[in-house]
Amino acid sequence: MTNPTNKSKQVETTGHVWDGDLREYNNPLPNWWLWAFYATIVFSIIYWVIYPAWPVGKSFTRGIATVTVEENGQTKEMPWNSRSQLIAEMQSSPAAVKQREYIEKVAAASYEEIFANPDMMAFARSMAKGYFGDYCAACHGQGGQGNLPFFPNLADDDWLWGGQVEQIQVSLQAGRKGNMPAFPNIQGQALDDLASYVLSLSGEAVDAAAAERGKQGYAMCMGCHGAEGKGNPMLGAANLTDKAWSVINIPAAGSIEEKKKLVAGVINKGIAREMPAFGNRLKPEEIKMLTVYVHELGGGK
Amino acid sequence: MSVETEEKLYQKRIAIHPKSVKGTFRTFKTGVLVLAYAVFFLLPWLRWDRGDGPSQAVLFDIPGRRFYIFELIVHPQDIYWLAGALIIFAWLLFFVTGVVGRAFCGYFCFQTLWTDAFMFIERWIQGDRQKRINIDKMPWNPEKISKKGLTWAAWLLFAWITGFTFTAYWTDAYGLLNDFFTGRAPYPAYFTIGFLTLTTFVVAGFVREQVCIYMCPYSRFQAVMFDKETLIPSYDYKRGEGEKGRAHLGRGLKTREERQAAGYGDCIDCGLCVQVCPTGIDIRNGLQIACINCGLCIDACNEIMDKQGWERGLIRYASEQEIETGSKPRVFKPKTIGYGLAILVVTVFLIYSILHQAPMDFSVNQVRNPLAVTLADGRVQNSYEIKINNKVPRPLRLDLGVEGLADAEIEIAGGKKDIEVPSDKLLHLLVRVKLPAGAKNSQQNFRFVLTDKDGQIKPVAMNATFNMPR
Repeated sequence: MTNPTNKSKQVETTGHVWDGDLREYNNPLPNWWLWAFYATIVFSIIYWVIYPAWPVGKSFTRGIATVTVEENGQTKEMPWNSRSQLIAEMQSSPAAVKQREYIEKVAAASYEEIFANPDMMAFARSMAKGYFGDYCAACHGQGGQGNLPFFPNLADDDWLWGGQVEQIQVSLQAGRKGNMPAFPNIQGQALDDLASYVLSLSGEAVDAAAAERGKQGYAMCMGCHGAEGKGNPMLGAANLTDKAWSVINIPAAGSIEEKKKLVAGVINKGIAREMPAFGNRLKPEEIKMLTVYVHELGGGK
Repeated sequence: MSVETEEKLYQKRIAIHPKSVKGTFRTFKTGVLVLAYAVFFLLPWLRWDRGDGPSQAVLFDIPGRRFYIFELIVHPQDIYWLAGALIIFAWLLFFVTGVVGRAFCGYFCFQTLWTDAFMFIERWIQGDRQKRINIDKMPWNPEKISKKGLTWAAWLLFAWITGFTFTAYWTDAYGLLNDFFTGRAPYPAYFTIGFLTLTTFVVAGFVREQVCIYMCPYSRFQAVMFDKETLIPSYDYKRGEGEKGRAHLGRGLKTREERQAAGYGDCIDCGLCVQVCPTGIDIRNGLQIACINCGLCIDACNEIMDKQGWERGLIRYASEQEIETGSKPRVFKPKTIGYGLAILVVTVFLIYSILHQAPMDFSVNQVRNPLAVTLADGRVQNSYEIKINNKVPRPLRLDLGVEGLADAEIEIAGGKKDIEVPSDKLLHLLVRVKLPAGAKNSQQNFRFVLTDKDGQIKPVAMNATFNMPR
């Protein structure tokens, strides 16, 4: 090895001399290094020709490499870049083709067929999990747990607008507008009685006499919630006789007084909610897979 | 400008032209080579009936995440077997090296095997040592070009077969052969075959013993496992050198008696042990890093001793201690007993584990978002994602139940009643468990139990927790 401090060895210098005796060693690069360096230059020139490389004004050199993509049913050549590469891969890579085959299979199948086929079911669930995260989770929560009072729980078996797949599909496609008018004039004893009656419908332990009195006031609720309080999926009116609550969280409330206060609040203030329509944003097969997913969340009907 | 005189950074390789030799160790080496090659080159072509599964006897299916080894199917969950096997191999190496030296290097290492095979080809085309040396010295005349060219072509073909065979272990061999020549094989297959062809050609053809000397980590640490009792090919310097050293067979030094009287040893300095050495060393210099313990020098020396009518074993497998003091190495010593026992324990564990491979795996993940949901009828629902992995080569028909959860209703999403897991497949289920409401925030531990409807597999249970709403 070359040892610059070893004076007994003679080492090649560049020939320049400063201050009489200051010389610079000439230690040329090893040949393999030099050739590798030249090779990188050759490589980069070839690269510039093939791939996008140099900025020119507001544009850039696009290179001669192209990618075949499909756009609006027509095949066309795009200059290569990572974006066109991605488009092509999303269209024609083996994984994309396989996914498309599955999507077509699901699109052609009826809901019964999907439910009966574990393979399609697993595919629909895993695809729709992504759609749910993108479009639904912002309001309904990642697991469909909802966020009261505005965003109902999708993970229970209580369905305001119906839990059949057809009904869920309509909810997704066309959206829903749920509106319970406010009844600010009901106050005092009448309000307390009506709240007691509503709670008694789902078996809460309320004062029986108060509930009986409240039945009178319930007359104006019947139009939507029905004579027996079973609700009406056509209007999105809640079933008041079950234990699932879609505006207020009754099971979490401590005392009966607290529960009455929650119910009274809804009677006085009403609730207006809107589920946006997704029919124009998602493809029919995406709606279909999402329907299956939502149906499965808490157990549809 | 001045001219430098400088030490070289690299040692130039001195070409080695090992002479062919006959004898016990050569025969053993050839035997190992033939056997190993028969297994390696023929195994991918062997078929095996697996019903639905692939029909290749040994197939490492990476995309499908299955290793097929005859009747055994290794699943990703069994990957600790690999750890077991590696532990066994490592300890076996330590054990064998401690007792009989670098036997792995000398007889079994693929660098040794392929170099040996390439040397056979070389000898077959160019002739033995002296002829090869002559060819090397020749200018590039037609004879040299044709012989070298033929050798390299044969090497290249053999290297390609090697690369192809290796690749065939990872995909269907017959399909790969067809696809390779019709240009339809996947890019990674071409790359792997090309890469291995090239490396085999270069490493077994040209680099050879430099792999052992400069590249191989084993050669460095194997020597650490030696002790004074390790059997290694040794030159009996006491017998060979006598008092005055080795000497050629000269006038008055022909018979043993004459030599001993004159104070010379039995080594006639013929140099055959050096000529046959595949790494080009002189064993008479004692133990050295380049010695791969192949025993060819023993064969060479024995040949000479036989010719002289002298006792064999001037170079022989002997421990350092044996050469020095004549005392034979012990067979049972703490080292051999310890390694032997350790290897035995791990081997028994591995075999037991393989024979008792779980016929199915089963995992339960609770859906945590939301954890608990109050249902319309007032009961509470928890959901679980269950994965069932069928490892047996038949569809599994199963019953899912719960243990330790009174009044629980269990429902499989999608309304399925029967669970059927196809042969060697994974099934995902969403399972809902419903329970009458209990105290807020309380938890109950219970177990999911899977029962084989055909009664061939013992029920498998998995722990889970049921949570009440907050």
